[in-house]
Amino acid sequence: MNAVPQDTALRTLSYAEAIREAMAIAMEADPAVILMGEDIGVYGGAFQVTLDLVDRFGPDRVMDTPISELGGAGVAVGAALTGLKPIFEFQFSDFAMLAMEQIVNQAAKLRYMLGGEASVPVVFRLPSGSGTGAAAQHSQSIEAWFGHVPGLKVLQPSTPADAKGMLLAALADPDPVMIFEHKLLYKMKGPVPAGHHLTPIGKAAVRREGSDLTIVAGSIMVHRALEAAGRLATEGISAEVVDLRSIRPIDHETILASVRKTGRLMVVYEGVKAFGVGAEISALVAESDAFDFLDAPILRLGAADAPVPYNPDLERASVPQVDSIESAARRLARREV
Amino acid sequence: MTASDTKMTDNRPFAIRAYTPDELRGALKRMYLIRRFEEGAEDSYMRGLIHGTMHLSIGQEASAVATCMELTDDDKITSTHRGHGHCIAKGADVGRMFAEFFGKETGYCHGRGGSMHIADVKTGNLGANGIVGGGLPIAVGAALSAKRLGKSDVTVCFFGDGANNEGAFHESLNMASVWKLPVVFVCENNQYGMSTSIRRSTAVARISDRAAAYSMPGVTVDGNDFSAVAEAVHLANARARAGDGPSLVENLTYRWRGHSKSDRNRYRTKEEIEMWMGQDPITRFRTELIAHGITDEAGADAIEAAAVADMEAGIAFAKASPAPDVSEVTRYVYAEV
Ligand SMILES: Cc1ncc(C[n+]2csc(CCOP(=O)(O)OP(=O)(O)O)c2C)c(N)n1
Ligand SMILES: [Mg+2]
Repeated sequence: MNAVPQDTALRTLSYAEAIREAMAIAMEADPAVILMGEDIGVYGGAFQVTLDLVDRFGPDRVMDTPISELGGAGVAVGAALTGLKPIFEFQFSDFAMLAMEQIVNQAAKLRYMLGGEASVPVVFRLPSGSGTGAAAQHSQSIEAWFGHVPGLKVLQPSTPADAKGMLLAALADPDPVMIFEHKLLYKMKGPVPAGHHLTPIGKAAVRREGSDLTIVAGSIMVHRALEAAGRLATEGISAEVVDLRSIRPIDHETILASVRKTGRLMVVYEGVKAFGVGAEISALVAESDAFDFLDAPILRLGAADAPVPYNPDLERASVPQVDSIESAARRLARREV
Repeated sequence: MTASDTKMTDNRPFAIRAYTPDELRGALKRMYLIRRFEEGAEDSYMRGLIHGTMHLSIGQEASAVATCMELTDDDKITSTHRGHGHCIAKGADVGRMFAEFFGKETGYCHGRGGSMHIADVKTGNLGANGIVGGGLPIAVGAALSAKRLGKSDVTVCFFGDGANNEGAFHESLNMASVWKLPVVFVCENNQYGMSTSIRRSTAVARISDRAAAYSMPGVTVDGNDFSAVAEAVHLANARARAGDGPSLVENLTYRWRGHSKSDRNRYRTKEEIEMWMGQDPITRFRTELIAHGITDEAGADAIEAAAVADMEAGIAFAKASPAPDVSEVTRYVYAEV
């Protein structure tokens, strides 16, 4: 999949541990790497991702910022412009909205506006998604918003190995990278290569091969899609599951190749369905030669056209679940759409 | 309220002079109701009746009740993530509050908002807020409405010490001052924004010092002293209603519980917490009322028992209430026409 260094022994780590390991490796290797964010020091981060890093690297490199997202993100941008490599944690991805100016107007555009003379190697980490009962302002999936911004790279790891590999790849990247981590995945365990493991930016991964339909999904939806695919297999429906991994740049080739093979496409994502990742991928297929291979209309499965509700049953109903993915995929496979 | 003019010869605390015995006993009841409500919510959370998270204001009850003492239903407040006390102080029904926490259709937000968005628009509570600092400009807007529409209403804007480092704080105070709007900024300084102490986050020792930058009066009071808070807010309300513009009142207080349900409390000492628990605002107010003959021990006990009864009736109402219909997940996104 990618060039791997020697010490690639696989250990079982949680997604949060894998991210923490990536930060520690980067900080040990490069004194320019610093962490910034709210309550990432002694508190360990709202989701305990930075946990004890302040004990290991000290408060000068693990900086608790005031509650100042616009300013904090902007300080990270300025530091990245001038030699540091900040990893800036938004406590929840929802709070990146307070920093849109620095992310979109500054970080994303500086290299271009300055004719290639400047570089902003900043990494933003954004705990994202619903399922925690935290309601409308703490549960959003806004990754697609940033897919609309040239100059940014936008990643969505679905596994502990990718969570580590993407963070290290983002740090090695000379441009601003946003990594949307899913809150419900932090405790998920999986094999993680030791050492300086890199996940290539912009490469999707086929997580399950299939021949009847293609399900393109990202983040936690990969796991739900895999579970649905497992159930469908028992009734003879063979679904291929593609883990998108990167929203920008998007891996056209892997998606198109899968669609050419299966002739049916479904896109599953946690963001609001309208104007989301599904629209981009659908258009990509519709504009390509893979269109000729389609045997059925493309299907998008995204969040309900509403803010994320508090009530747990409403909350579950508002985003794709294994059941809804399974039944939609079955309809698509039987061409009932 | 009785005549609130200061009589030179009367050395009794402001609240005793300014309010009728009925009003004072009512205030004690509300403080007890907030305490018992939040203990009831905590207990219900432990039993799995409430999901998500919540931010308790136990230890800060004087700030909420004394601040709202002179407000009518036409006066507005904007609240925070730590907003249960504000909601009760402004006159909400705890049954509908519990119903909201239990995700029920009878809740103030029909189960869509939960603790972090608790509101009661009819009593002038424009809502708690999941975004730190989110309520500040909204309060200024409410004050602009009052002024343009020729009303004498004031808007009280609650926010925490952490919020005073958001750009929204500075922008809001400036506009309110430039336009001489009837808004009272009430900072509930419990000395921490999550794990970050005010010393580590804020360049001034007193948040009220920041008022000078926006040409408005600023005062810091003992936020666990009911009378001190009531007097400071009384003066600020009078200034606002007279058309002289905004004020900043800083209530110095302390939260007894963790920041939220997932706080390992690694940033405060046991000694510090115990010291502040010795400054219980409810005990202090109760003692003061008894000392001035407003009630006696038996009377105060009866007030407390009435608060417990209200709390228990509220939980029973919430439990018996229906949940929202899952098919209505997109209801309330737009006006129903
Ligand atoms: C814009 C934004 N940033 C961060 C948070 C996460 N958060 C919620 S409450 C809080 C601390 C707020 O501190 P303060 O304003 O002092 O209020 P307190 O919790 O002490 O009542 C933080 C960091 C948030 N909800 N919104
Ligand atoms: Mg605080």
